[in-house]
Amino acid sequence: MANKISDETIEYVGILAKLELSEEEKLAARSDMERMLDYIDTLNELDTEGIEPMSHVFPVNNVFREDVVTNGDGSKDTLKNAPLQKEQCFKVPKTIG
Amino acid sequence: MAKQYETVIGLEVHVELATKTKIFCGCSTAFGGAPNTHTCPVCTGMPGSLPVLNKQVVEYAAAIGLATNCEITQVCKFDRKNYFYPDNPQNYQISQLYLPIARNGYVEIEVGEQKKKIRIHEMHMEEDAGKLVHDEWDDTSLVDYNRSGVPLVEIVSEPDMRSADEVMAYLEKLRLIIQYLGASDCKLQEGSMRADVNLSVREVGASEFGTRTEMKNLNSFKAIARAIDGERQRQIDLIEAGRAVVQETRRWDDNKESSHAMRSKEDAQDYRYFPEPDLVPIVISDEWIAEIKARQPEFRTEKLERYNRAFDIPRYDAEIITNSKKMADIFEATTAICGKPKKVANWLMVETLRLLKERGQEPEDICFAPEHLAKLIELTEAGTINSSVAKEVFEKIFDENVDPEKYVEEKGLKIVQDDGALEEVLKKVIADNPQAVADYKGGKEKALGALVGQTMKAMKGKANPGAVNKKLREMLA
Repeated sequence: MANKISDETIEYVGILAKLELSEEEKLAARSDMERMLDYIDTLNELDTEGIEPMSHVFPVNNVFREDVVTNGDGSKDTLKNAPLQKEQCFKVPKTIG
Repeated sequence: MAKQYETVIGLEVHVELATKTKIFCGCSTAFGGAPNTHTCPVCTGMPGSLPVLNKQVVEYAAAIGLATNCEITQVCKFDRKNYFYPDNPQNYQISQLYLPIARNGYVEIEVGEQKKKIRIHEMHMEEDAGKLVHDEWDDTSLVDYNRSGVPLVEIVSEPDMRSADEVMAYLEKLRLIIQYLGASDCKLQEGSMRADVNLSVREVGASEFGTRTEMKNLNSFKAIARAIDGERQRQIDLIEAGRAVVQETRRWDDNKESSHAMRSKEDAQDYRYFPEPDLVPIVISDEWIAEIKARQPEFRTEKLERYNRAFDIPRYDAEIITNSKKMADIFEATTAICGKPKKVANWLMVETLRLLKERGQEPEDICFAPEHLAKLIELTEAGTINSSVAKEVFEKIFDENVDPEKYVEEKGLKIVQDDGALEEVLKKVIADNPQAVADYKGGKEKALGALVGQTMKAMKGKANPGAVNKKLREMLA
């Protein structure tokens, strides 16, 4: 494998993803990610000089909605997804501010 | 000699757009609904749901871009900004990083006599997050997703401001442009306009910028001014003590008038942006731009010039009135009906502003009909009601939009034109107040005022104080 991922990078990606990984999982994740990067490297073999970056896979643009209210009170369905709730709100561990 | 420091400030201003629905779904954006009633699978990030862009968001954003002299990005698209926080149900915010809708603009501000251009780096469209409320009882946080998916534009300035005054002038300028466009009501208190302040200090004459910090949670003009002064001093103190300013996000606490660092290193600002795959690119044609341009309203600067030409009112009045689009609209509509610009201006500048202040409202909250103010002015001019009754009626118009003609009729507030009735009352007042009468006859002019007051009271305000005064003098002569 050409790409090497450091311990710090694995640690950092774990923090960003809010994942707590065991040593074993870290090893597995590292080898997965190294293989992914190697795979992506294949693309570098192509000459993309002068080719505009693709912004979307479909050749479609300007798909819009008109500004008209179509949804009613969705609180009942939405709150079905709340493990804890209070006063019609999702109750979560205390956040700063 | 002590070192001289210069403050360098750039602003990120978030503005909630005045659309009826959210940016990517048909949920209402109305403020103040019961928690989570304006939600659906799209704005709560349910797997499999698909966003569809609200066309009006593009129209408003492009209109703001054009009004702030920006170049419109004619092929623009959305990106995902990834972060985890309970107010963000998708775990990413749909925003624009690579191709924002507008770039390279400026607005001109005036501070004192000094004119200055503040450059706009870029402006992008994005969705708002939900609202977190701290629950003291449980020591938990409660999340309401009604605001999740409300459309925002974020306007990022260049670091062109050097003082709190310039920042205020810039914010006022943006507020006026956006309110005139009808693109947002720009209320800082309700959070429909929010500003983050990027600030650094450097020694006067230095060419390099110092390390900047970003301050959040500034929800009034006063808080912004205080936070700027506080942060400037904090950074100068650090530098003078030989310590470094750390690049960080700080949260301003307006009650404590101090800030604290918000994000630690653990929460690195690494948003791992990537193109949003669920939304297709937006192509804004020359024709579309021309259409939006054609719809641009008369802005404040032009309005001030026109008022100067068309209406016989002082410049000061025109400035106050045009400081709010709503106020200017009411002024023009009322003047068109009654043809008395100065009278209309007076009602707006004195009584309207007083009542707004008393009610804790802003000019954009005014809800009375121009027809009613015009009628009130006509009633006063015709001498049908006196000025103190007019004020009372105006309060009713202001609060309940009552028809003044009907109201005056129903409440019997018309000035009593019957001279006989007035004479009867006067006779009684004179008889009841021998001391005041004697004082007046003895040369005390002030005593007459007391008698006029007694008469007005007896007439329940429905007399013309001038006429009462005149009649009294005649009777006591």
